[in-house]
Amino acid sequence: MTERDIEVLRPTREVGIVGYGAYVPRYRLPASEVARVWTQGQGGLPIREKAVPGLDEDVITMSIEAARNALARAGVDAGRLRAVWVGSESHPYAVKPTSTVVAEAIGATPHIQAADWEFACKAGTEALQAAIGFVGSGMADYAMSIGMDTAQGRPGDALEYTAGAGGAAFILGPAEAALAVFEASYSFTTDTPDFWRRADEKYPAHGERFTGEPAYFQHITAAATTLMKALDASPEDFTYAVFHQPNLKFPQRVAKSLGFKPEQIEPGLLVPVIGNTYAGSALIGLTAILDAAQPGDRILLVSYGSGAGSDAFSMRVTDLLPERREQAPRTQDYIARRTEIDYATYARYRGKLVLK
Amino acid sequence: MEVSRHWRLKKERYAMVGEVCPHCEQKIFPPRDICPDCGQEARTLFRFSGRGEVYSYTTVYSAPTGHEVNAPYTVALVRLEEGPMVTAQLTDLGEKQVEIGMPVEMVTRRLRAEGESGILVYGYKFRPQLSAS
Repeated sequence: MTERDIEVLRPTREVGIVGYGAYVPRYRLPASEVARVWTQGQGGLPIREKAVPGLDEDVITMSIEAARNALARAGVDAGRLRAVWVGSESHPYAVKPTSTVVAEAIGATPHIQAADWEFACKAGTEALQAAIGFVGSGMADYAMSIGMDTAQGRPGDALEYTAGAGGAAFILGPAEAALAVFEASYSFTTDTPDFWRRADEKYPAHGERFTGEPAYFQHITAAATTLMKALDASPEDFTYAVFHQPNLKFPQRVAKSLGFKPEQIEPGLLVPVIGNTYAGSALIGLTAILDAAQPGDRILLVSYGSGAGSDAFSMRVTDLLPERREQAPRTQDYIARRTEIDYATYARYRGKLVLK
Repeated sequence: MEVSRHWRLKKERYAMVGEVCPHCEQKIFPPRDICPDCGQEARTLFRFSGRGEVYSYTTVYSAPTGHEVNAPYTVALVRLEEGPMVTAQLTDLGEKQVEIGMPVEMVTRRLRAEGESGILVYGYKFRPQLSAS
């Protein structure tokens, strides 16, 4: 198939985001603390600080709060949802769905699909693609997709500076009720082993510099350019763009190479203050953009998941957004709520102290 | 062994689903099927807002089995907006000093893990209201 033959994804009926909600836990570990413990404070810091979950938080509890925020904005009774799908690398159970607990807690059971999704950092947008199909085919009127993580990084590894916690929930529904309507989407996938975690391993492994060109940059660039070409759109046609954010440099560099200006990505670039929230990363960036966007604005969302693939989405904001976003806390409200912790407290909160 | 009990309590634990008395409108939590106010049958489900204020509190340093990993933690009597008083942990306090009368809101958190291989138990806790935290 030549590049010209590639068809992007469009559902039979128009689908949009009818509600969205973010969650970021309260605690922050400054990158300087990781450097203090592991490098005597030497070397550059990839971000300012990352969000750390409390002792009683995990992907289930964080998803529940984001889901409640999304329901508040959607103004839809939870009983009308036909799917609750949670994408994460940190499901609390290996076997027993996160999604059933979330669905039960928000009152969406029992007439519902529930499943956990796994595709490294793009498990959440994979669930979003599926929800577009679910609603767009007419099988369901409303479906919820969540990307949420309490990211793992081995103590002392480069990932420990950035592996953060947070994410977002989205309720998709018919375009008439939407705050933002999807124009089209597209996924680009290859077998590229840049980052992985074997079964029963606690921390992921990665291919160092191999995570850049053949992985992150190739997939995001291909997904974004294919989608824009099919839409006959160029970077200046978008008000905002948000890319997966494993660190600050990668999204800045891919945005620049695609032709986006810094001000187009700035509102959704949260990695300096919450870290890389893995499956939540691009999606929580999108919530911060929706908190600021105006009717008519066009938004490009491109995720990246190691292994590897990218999902790209183009959407337009509707007149319903400004009023409905006031129904739940903004992403910046969660970011502003912060308690700084030191490395020792972080080690305790993240279960890095083994008592037996 | 405890799985059936946790399963039975999930609606009240996850989302504060209690009851409202169809005879005298009293809101009931935890659900008990008989109105503590008028003594008549009350089985109508009612979802509480989760908002309330701290009536009293104490800090636990010597935690009971299953809760050691969280110690020290603060337990409060919370007067719900709808009337009932519940006992629950406070969470996400950060450096915030707990005060009697402090407005709080319900969040669903991990209450405990049944050892290394047992189930994870989730339920309500309260935190300072987000807007005020």
